[in-house]
Amino acid sequence: MARLVGSIPVAARRSSLRAQAPLILVHLALISYSLLALFPVLLVALNSLKSRSAIFSSPYTPPLPGTFDMVGYQTVAANSNFPLYFLNSLITTVSSVGLVLLFASLAAFALATYEFRGNTLLALFLTMGIMVPIRLGTVSLLRIMVTFGLQDSIVALIIIYTAQGIPLAVFVLSQFMRQVPTELKDAARIDGASEYRIYRLILPLVRPALGTVAVFTMVPVWNDLWFPLILLASDRSKTVILGTQVFLGQFVNDWNAVLAALTLAMIPVVILTVVFSRQIVRGLTSGAVK
Amino acid sequence: MNRARKRFRTHIVVFLAPAVLVYTAFMIFPMLDSLRLSLYNSGPNGVHYVGLGNYNELLGSDQWAPRLWNAIRNNFTFFGIHMLVQNPVGLFLAALLATRIRGSVVYRTIIFTPAVLSVVLVGFAWRMILSPLWGLSHSFLSVFGLGSLDRPWLGLQSTALITLSLVSVWQNVGIPTMLFLAALVTIPEELLEAARVDGASAWWVFWRIQFPLILPTVGIVAILTFVGNFNAFDLIYTTQKALAGPNFSTDILGTFFFRTFFGQQLQSGDPYMGAAIAGVMLLIILAGVLVYLFGWQRRMTRVEF
Repeated sequence: MARLVGSIPVAARRSSLRAQAPLILVHLALISYSLLALFPVLLVALNSLKSRSAIFSSPYTPPLPGTFDMVGYQTVAANSNFPLYFLNSLITTVSSVGLVLLFASLAAFALATYEFRGNTLLALFLTMGIMVPIRLGTVSLLRIMVTFGLQDSIVALIIIYTAQGIPLAVFVLSQFMRQVPTELKDAARIDGASEYRIYRLILPLVRPALGTVAVFTMVPVWNDLWFPLILLASDRSKTVILGTQVFLGQFVNDWNAVLAALTLAMIPVVILTVVFSRQIVRGLTSGAVK
Repeated sequence: MNRARKRFRTHIVVFLAPAVLVYTAFMIFPMLDSLRLSLYNSGPNGVHYVGLGNYNELLGSDQWAPRLWNAIRNNFTFFGIHMLVQNPVGLFLAALLATRIRGSVVYRTIIFTPAVLSVVLVGFAWRMILSPLWGLSHSFLSVFGLGSLDRPWLGLQSTALITLSLVSVWQNVGIPTMLFLAALVTIPEELLEAARVDGASAWWVFWRIQFPLILPTVGIVAILTFVGNFNAFDLIYTTQKALAGPNFSTDILGTFFFRTFFGQQLQSGDPYMGAAIAGVMLLIILAGVLVYLFGWQRRMTRVEF
C-alpha cells in the first residue's frame, strides 16, 4: 500500500485511503448477513444426512462417518410420492410460465406498437392486477373450477397461475418493447412482413426481459400453497409444496424424514436462483424501475 | 395513417385477446363475483340475498367481530415489523452492495436465496430451529450469558406473532434489497464522486444524495410490503396451523379467511362469510394502494439520468 502512494494523485489517495478501512467493515457486515441467510438452510440440509441421535446431540457438526445416515431419505422414498409431486409441480410451473410469456408478450407487443383508442385504459386495466392479489377471488374461483369439473386437477392451477402472472408480465414486457426502435418495424413492414412476423422479429430483441419475467413468474407458482390446498384433494394431483406440507404434518416427530423432505423440496429453487441471480438484478435495473 | 391503422385492427385484437380474456375471466371476474357472493348467505331455506348483512355481522356480532378485529390488529403488527425491520435492513444491505465491492454478485445471490424458498420450508425449518428440542435459541442466548431469557418463542401468546413476523422478515429481506439496489445503481457514479472529492462522508452522500434519489423506490417497497403482508397466509398456516395459535395470537386476515371459507375441525366452511372477509381484505388493500398512488407517488419527481 505505502509503496503505491507516491504514484497516485493526492485527491485519489485521500479517498482510497479512507475507502480501505470501511471496505473491510462492508465485507464483514455482508458476510455476517450472508451467514444469517444461509445458516437455517445449511442446518436443515446438513442435518438431513445425519442419524437421529446426532441431529439432537450435535446439530452444528457436519455429517461425519460415524453420524452419516440416509434414513430420512429412505422414509421419504418409502412413504410418499415425491417423484409424482415433482412432476406435477414441473408441469404446472412450465405450462403457466410458458402461457404467461406467450400471452403477455403478444399483449405487450400490441400495447407498445399500435396507437388505438383505449390503449392507455387497457394497459391500466391489465396493470391493476399487479396490486390486487388473485387470492381474494378464491371463493368464486373454486366455484368456477367445480363447474368445469377441474377442482382436483393441475389444469385449474395452470389457468389460475396464468391469470395471476399476466399483469406484471405485460407491464414489464411493454416497457421493454417500447424501447425497440420504430424504424425496425417500419423497415420490416416495407419488406412486406405481416404484423405477426414483426412480433416474431421483435421477440428475440427482448429476450433478457423474457428471462426476468420467467423467473418472477416461476418462483411464486412453484412455491404456492394456497391454491393447491384449496383445489387439490387426491394424492396424485399434489404439487411438491402441498405434498411436503402434508408429509411434514404426518411425520412431524420423525425429524430425519422432515429434514430430508425439506432439503429435497429446496433443491430446485436454490439451483434456479444461483443460475438466474444475475438476471434478477439486471431485469430490475433495466426494466421495471425506469 | 388512418388507413394503416384500420388495416391493423384485427391484428390488435388477436394480439390482445388471449391475455385480456384469461385475465378478465379468471382474475377480474372472480374478484367481482366474490364480492357479489359476499352479499348472500345460506339459511334453512337455501341461499338468499342479505345485502350488507354479512359485513354487519363481521363488524358487529359477538361471534365474528372479535376475531376480525384481532386478525386486523395482528396484521398491522405483522406489517409494522416488516416496515421497521425488513425495509431498513434491506436498504442498509443495498447501500453496502451498491459500493460495487468485490464479490457483490455472490453476496446478492446469498441474500436473495431465502426469498425464493417456499414459506412451507422456511416455516418448518424455523420451527425446528426454535424448538426446545434443538435448543438453538437457548444456546445462542447462553453465549451472551442470557440463557435464562430463553422462551418457547412460538408457543407464547406474547411472542409468537413477533417471532413469526421476524421469520418472515428474514425470508423476504432480499426483495427490498434487490429493489433498492436496482435503484441505487442507476445513480451516476460521477455525481457521487463529485461529492466525495468535495470531502463529503459516505454517510452524508448516502442521506443527502442517494436516498432522496431513490425515494420513488421507497414508496414501491412500502406498498409491495403492504399488499404482501395483508395477503400473507402460508407462514402462519405451516407453523401454527389454521387455528393460528396460541389462542389466535398469530391469526391474520389470510388465516381467518381460510378458516372461515374452508372450515376447521368442528365448523364447516362458509363460502359467503369467507367472501365477505375477502371483501374486507380487498378494501384494506385498495385503501393502501390509493394512499400510495395519491399520497406518495404524485409527490414524487422522476429523475432521469
